[in-house]
Amino acid sequence: MATTSSPLPRSGARARDGGRDDLQVPPAPAARPRRRRVEGTYYLFLLPAVALFTLFVTLPALYGMVLSLTNSIGFGRSEFVGLSNYAVLFTDPEVLRSYGFTIGFSVATVVLTNVVALALAVGLNARIKAKTALRAVFFLPMVVSGIVIAFVFNYVFSTSLPALAGALGLESMTTSVLADPDTAWIAVVVVTAWQAVPSALIIYLAGLLAIPEEVYEAADLDGAGSRRKFWSITLPLLAGYLVINTVLGFKNFLNAYDVIVGLTDGGPGTSTRSVAMTIFTGFTGGDYAYQMANAVVFFVVTVVISVLQLQIIRRRGVSL
Amino acid sequence: MAVTDPATAASVAGLTGAPRRGADRTPRRGWGVTALLVLAALTVLLPLYLAVAMALKTPEQAAAGSGFTLPWPLNVASFADAWTLTGFPRAFAVSLLISAVTVAGTLLLASVASYAIVRNWEHRLFRWSYVYLLAAMFIPFPVVALPQVKLTGELGLDNPGGVALLHVLFQMSFSVLLYSAFLRSIPEELEESARLDGASTWQVFWRLTFPLLAPMNATVGIFAFLASWNDYMMPSLITSDQSLQTIPVVQKIFQLAFSTDYNVAFASYLMAIAPTILVYVLAQRWVMSGVTRGAIK
Repeated sequence: MATTSSPLPRSGARARDGGRDDLQVPPAPAARPRRRRVEGTYYLFLLPAVALFTLFVTLPALYGMVLSLTNSIGFGRSEFVGLSNYAVLFTDPEVLRSYGFTIGFSVATVVLTNVVALALAVGLNARIKAKTALRAVFFLPMVVSGIVIAFVFNYVFSTSLPALAGALGLESMTTSVLADPDTAWIAVVVVTAWQAVPSALIIYLAGLLAIPEEVYEAADLDGAGSRRKFWSITLPLLAGYLVINTVLGFKNFLNAYDVIVGLTDGGPGTSTRSVAMTIFTGFTGGDYAYQMANAVVFFVVTVVISVLQLQIIRRRGVSL
Repeated sequence: MAVTDPATAASVAGLTGAPRRGADRTPRRGWGVTALLVLAALTVLLPLYLAVAMALKTPEQAAAGSGFTLPWPLNVASFADAWTLTGFPRAFAVSLLISAVTVAGTLLLASVASYAIVRNWEHRLFRWSYVYLLAAMFIPFPVVALPQVKLTGELGLDNPGGVALLHVLFQMSFSVLLYSAFLRSIPEELEESARLDGASTWQVFWRLTFPLLAPMNATVGIFAFLASWNDYMMPSLITSDQSLQTIPVVQKIFQLAFSTDYNVAFASYLMAIAPTILVYVLAQRWVMSGVTRGAIK
C-alpha cells in the first residue's frame, strides 16, 4: 500500500491562519496533483457516519418528498395527487399564519438576543468586579432544558407578574400576557432569547478578544469617548460576528418547538403555533401527506433564508 | 433541539486568530458596569430562585401570591411526590442512557469520519462526504420528522435506542466540522513516523491521533450531552412507550393533571434541571473552556 504521502508538512500554517475557508471548501492543501491509493481503513472510518446518515436522514427526507405528492394519511393505501397538496398549502390560512408567526418571532428574537448578548459582551469585557462569577451566571441558561424552563416561565407570566402588578396597583398589567393572542408571542420571544443569549454571547466575547488593544489606545490618543469607541471601533469590528449570530439564530428560531410547547402550546388559539408544530399535526388527523408538503416548503424556506444570509456574509468578506 | 446551539460555536471556527486579552479598556468604569451586570444577572437567577422557592413551599403557600416569597416553613415533601409522580428514577435512567449513547456514538462516528476525510482530502469521495455531512446543518428535524418517525417505528426503533441514534445523526454536522478543523492543525509528520515504525492506519488513529483529539473530544462531548439530555422534541415524538420517556418529556404531566399542586410541579422541574446545573457548577471551568474552544477553534 503506497502510504508515502506528502513529504510536505501539511497545513500547520493553514490551520493557524484561522481556517478562513468557505464552509463548502475547507482548507484544501492547494491542489496536490499526486494521488495515492486510499487505504481500506479510511473507507471503514467514513462508512458508518455516511451510511447511517443516508439511511436515517436522507432517505426518509426523499421518501417524505414522494409522500407529499400523494394523499397518504400515514398508513394504508394512497394515491398520487400531484401538486395539489402544495396548491392547497399556499391558500391555507392556518399554514400561512404559522409561517407569519414563525418568521416574525424569529426576527424579533434575533434582534433581542443580539442586542442583549452584545451589551453583555461589552460589559463583561470591561474592567468589572466578579467577572468570572458573572460570566458563569450568564452562560447558565445554556445548560437548562428548554421545555422545563418554559414551564417555569409559564408560571412567571401567568401568575407571578399579574400578582406583582396587582400588588403595585398596575391594573393594566394584571392579566397574563399568555392569555391574550396579541401578546403571547412576546413571552415566547423573551424566553427563547433568554436561552439563546449565552451562545451568542460566547461568540461576541471571542470577537472582542480578537480586537487588538492598540486600536483602542489610538482612539484614546485621539480623545475618543467610550461611546464613540463603541460605535466607531467595537461595533464595526464585530460586524462579522453579528452576521454569524444572525444566521445561526435564525436557523434555530425557525425551528422553535420546545419553548413554545412549554409556554403556550401554540395558543391562545393558534396564535403562537410555529411551523414545526403545524407540521407535527400531520401525525394525527389524517393530514400526513399534506403536512409533508408543508415540511418540504419549510425546508426550501429555511435553505433560501440561510443562503441569502450566507451571501451577505460572503459579501462582507467573513467566512463560516 | 434548541438549548445549546452547537452550530453557533462551530460557526466561528477559525474566525479569530490567537485570542488576546483585550479587556480592561475603561479603567474608570467598574462598579457602575458591575452593578448593571448584576441587575441583568437577576433575569437569569430569579427564575431559578422561583423554582427553588416554589418547590420548598407548602401547597397552601404555593397557591397564593407571586411565588417569589421566601418559603417558610420549608416543605420538602414535594420532592417525594414529584419523585413518584414522574417515575423519576426510571426517567433519569432513560435520559442517562440516551445521553451516554449519544456522546459515545458522536465521539466515535464523527472522529473517525473526520479523520478519514481530512487525511484523504485530495480524493473526491471524501471531499463530497464532507459537504454531504455538513449540508445536514440545513436539514432540521421538523423537516424529516414525519417519515423519520415512521421509519424508526417500522424498524422497531421507536424507543430510547432510536432517539439516541437520531441524536447522534443530528449532532454529526457540527461535530465533523469541529473535528476536521482541529485535525488539520495536527501535523501529519507524527503519524508518518509512526507509520515508518510499522503501525497501521487503525493503530495510528487509536493510539496516536485520538488521544491528541482530547480537547476536541471534550468540546464535542459537552455539546452532544447537553443537546441530548435537554431535548424534548425527538423523544416525545419517537418513543412510543411512555414509560420509557426522558426527564424533560415526563414534566408534561404537570400541564395535564389538574389536581397537582404547584409545589410538586416545581420540585419536579427543579429535579429535572438540577443535574446539568450541578455538572455545570462543579465542572464550570472545564465546561466553559470546552464551549469557548468550540467558539474560537
